[in-house]
Amino acid sequence: MSVKLLYFAWVREKTGKAEEHVDVPASVGTVAELMTWLKGRGPEYAEAFARAEVIRAAVDRVHVQPTTRIAGAREVAFFPPVTGG
Amino acid sequence: MTVRVQAEDFDIGAEVRGLTAGRTDVGAVVTFTGTVRADASANRITSMTLEHYPGMTEAELARVEGEAQRRWPLLASLIVHRVGRLAPGDNIVLVVTASAHREAAFAAAEFLMDYLKTRAPFWKKESRADGSQTWVETRDSDEDAARRWQPPSR
Repeated sequence: MSVKLLYFAWVREKTGKAEEHVDVPASVGTVAELMTWLKGRGPEYAEAFARAEVIRAAVDRVHVQPTTRIAGAREVAFFPPVTGG
Repeated sequence: MTVRVQAEDFDIGAEVRGLTAGRTDVGAVVTFTGTVRADASANRITSMTLEHYPGMTEAELARVEGEAQRRWPLLASLIVHRVGRLAPGDNIVLVVTASAHREAAFAAAEFLMDYLKTRAPFWKKESRADGSQTWVETRDSDEDAARRWQPPSR
């Protein structure tokens, strides 16, 4: 499955990129599994997703849980807890 | 009902006038303005840089505003949030709510800020006098403030 990934704040700084298109293997079903798969893509990803439990995600611009399935997603974003306002 | 994300400053008086011009049904207008706060440390904050998720930010702010409309009888509302580099004392965020009576306007403004702080995809990075930069971390008190509005009141 081809999906656009976006990274924000320190997740972006650690991966070294703001966005990319990746082909995700069919075995990756959920947001949490996607983070685990990303960790294996290189040291910068391992570093960015080392504390996966604090990273939040959005699928197609809506907040989701780690257990959310990514089938059909066009855009998945990873970021730290938000600090606006 | 409007949400805006912008680099430019906002004029609170002009925003309120724009929201209520020509209306005679509004009896209460509440505004909240968030500003960049310096702190007391010797290594003082020199600037704050706000990053956001274009597209999702506007959508999330609109969802939060829609939720406020479902909960209170609002006649008008506005959320303006700035992004980019800001200095201590600068405006960051403006929330305006208008209703027939003050209870709804006060409550909705507080709700909008509490929900915005925990849901809208903005991130702040502080720059300090010694040249260091750090991402601001979430405060538990913000999560607590948002949680008190749950479950939906109706």
